[in-house]
Amino acid sequence: MSERIYLYKRFERFWHWSQAALIIVMLLTGFEIHGSYVLFGFAQAVRAHTLAAWTLLTLWAFTIVWQFTTGEWRQYLPTLKKVDAMLKYYLQGIFIDAPHPFKKTPVAKHNPLQRLAYLAFLALMSPLIWGSGLLYLFYPEWPNWGLDRWLSLEWVALAHTAGGFMILTFFVAHVYMTTTGHTPFAHIKAMITGWEEAH
Amino acid sequence: MRRALPSPFVTLALVLAVSGNAAALPGSASAKPDKRSTADHSKFKVLQQDFKSGQEVTRACLSCHTEAARHIMKTRHWTWEYTHPDTGQKLGKKTMLNGFCIGDQSNEAFCNSCHIGYGWENDEFDFANEENVDCLVCHNQGQYTKPSGLAGHPAYVRTEYPPGSGTFLEPVNLAQVAAHVGPTRKENCGACHYNGGGGDGVKHGDLDSSLNRASRQLDVHMSADGGNFSCSTCHQTDAHQVSGSRIAPTAADPHGPLLRGQASDRNPTTCQSCHGDAPHRAPAGRLSVTQLQAPELLNAHTRTLACQTCHIPTFARGGIPTKMSWDWSQAGKMGPDGKPQKLKDEHGHIIYDSRKGQFGLGENVTPEYLWFNGKVTYTLQTDTIDPSRPVPINTFHGTPGAPDARIWPVKRFRGRQPYDTKNLTLLVPHSAIPDATAYWYNFDWDKALRAGAAATGMPFSGQYDFVDTEMLWPITHMVAPKEDALDCHECHRQDGRLAGITGVYIPGRDRHAWLDNIGWTLVGLTTLGSFGHGLARILTRRRKAQDSDAGTPDDSHGAQT
Repeated sequence: MSERIYLYKRFERFWHWSQAALIIVMLLTGFEIHGSYVLFGFAQAVRAHTLAAWTLLTLWAFTIVWQFTTGEWRQYLPTLKKVDAMLKYYLQGIFIDAPHPFKKTPVAKHNPLQRLAYLAFLALMSPLIWGSGLLYLFYPEWPNWGLDRWLSLEWVALAHTAGGFMILTFFVAHVYMTTTGHTPFAHIKAMITGWEEAH
Repeated sequence: MRRALPSPFVTLALVLAVSGNAAALPGSASAKPDKRSTADHSKFKVLQQDFKSGQEVTRACLSCHTEAARHIMKTRHWTWEYTHPDTGQKLGKKTMLNGFCIGDQSNEAFCNSCHIGYGWENDEFDFANEENVDCLVCHNQGQYTKPSGLAGHPAYVRTEYPPGSGTFLEPVNLAQVAAHVGPTRKENCGACHYNGGGGDGVKHGDLDSSLNRASRQLDVHMSADGGNFSCSTCHQTDAHQVSGSRIAPTAADPHGPLLRGQASDRNPTTCQSCHGDAPHRAPAGRLSVTQLQAPELLNAHTRTLACQTCHIPTFARGGIPTKMSWDWSQAGKMGPDGKPQKLKDEHGHIIYDSRKGQFGLGENVTPEYLWFNGKVTYTLQTDTIDPSRPVPINTFHGTPGAPDARIWPVKRFRGRQPYDTKNLTLLVPHSAIPDATAYWYNFDWDKALRAGAAATGMPFSGQYDFVDTEMLWPITHMVAPKEDALDCHECHRQDGRLAGITGVYIPGRDRHAWLDNIGWTLVGLTTLGSFGHGLARILTRRRKAQDSDAGTPDDSHGAQT
């Protein structure tokens, strides 16, 4: 029989799902601002995008404090151990019902591939999207800060759009990976209830 | 005594407009007594005369307003001359060409009904005679008109014009008009500035008589329930010098608002002279991030856009069409009775006139947009043209993205007008004077062009044809209320209003195709890979289940679900 382990604490779940909602809003509005389609109207899209950005930044401020006060930040320390086994599992094992090479525990709830992916998110995409995004947001202040001599909106927008594509790609892959638990909705259920059915 | 300086008056009008005392403001058609003036002109003995001519009225005016004529004589309203300080081009109505009536010279007696003087019908007009200044045309409060053909005079007696036409001009009552002079009203300026090109709204597109009774939607400043401005509220006048010019306009004015009384050589007609260059503000009590349009973001637009670009969504909005094209080459086609004809469109607006040619009209016209730094050059009669493409009558200059330039709305008027095929110069036809050579009365281009060339002092080879021309008009009047300003989406999209504008990155319009290609490929491949991987999982799972069913039935209860 399966035993249950409590993997995701209440704040963590709140953080995850509100962040998910904000990122979906920002992707939808961001690509509308980019001109890929018309959904809310340009002005509304800009407004929603800006509002979501500030909300997410606030959420991150709390989350960062939470990560460090709880020590949960260690969950994101990268490791190459068993990465090959993880890759082999997703490319082969998963189809022949091989056992998952990684066993989640409350102190190590991310598999090595997850750790790498989240690190990439944190260390690569995040600085790109936030750096370019904040510059974009504060475009009206450029002349006051002397930035207009060094920056062009075109290149800031380019960097921001590149970041947007990366996050959309991450999002697609991330959503698919949630279905790779022992049932298609096992991971999602765990992220909602906090409890993982150990298998 | 009130001196002839209108500027204190303008200030007073502005103060009253702001304080909401609209009833006492000028601008109504009927000549109401002006209660704020310290002088009632009907009480002046010098004005209680049986005036026989305009000059006699002027003499009376000057007996008190001793310096007024000298002021006037320094203005372009008087000289119709202007030497552009940057280009050195000699401009002004006297010598400039346009694509409408083409040129003033040889047609003075007709065109110069819009000169603020009396009697300019040829070279012999005395520009130094103070009595030739027409005070009444700008200061009458109604019942004063200067019909075309009388060289700037009103009709003093009942006059048949053109002679033999059976049409009569009614005389004006000079004493009555002189007794009720006052500050310049919209109708005074409009008498000429609405009617440039020979009719209401013809030339500018953003100036026509609908502004006299403007609704708030038509002009937020001039409407009675808006600012109730007269023209001179913005076109502040100093010693009769009226500010604002389309020959040397101010395209960018990146400064704050002018304080009343502040010494400044800035053009007082710009939007910024009142509103400043950061005019958008958050409504009180709201965080700017929750605003529909953050004021800072809108204010950043003033670095690239003229205010007019967003705040004048379309021109000719008052129900009066403006001419968008004029094809002189079609002139001369007579009606079935062999006489000159006028054809009208379904709205009753003239679209063909045998004397003038074919017209294209426009209402609620979406402007074109271009970078403009305020520098305008003109193609003059002395310039050689290239007839293989449309000749620019005027050119608006401005480098895309340059700090001194802004994106401006313009009316692009398209003409087709005569030129000398040998000398490659534009020609001015003699058209409007009832005589033996004018086109309107003889329908003979050769005679008309020969007479026009003689009057302008230009050579004429005798060979002519018609060439396409273009003329630009800055759109700056008919400012809509803020709720009618352009939506972001009008420009922030592909194929929007600024589709052809370079030198600025417009989110929603601009992108790097390669980044989009790479980006969407990456997203697409990830999606495809996910589906492929998922499909493979489903297929292998089904096979596993089948294997279990067929092979070892005992194990079937242990199959994965």
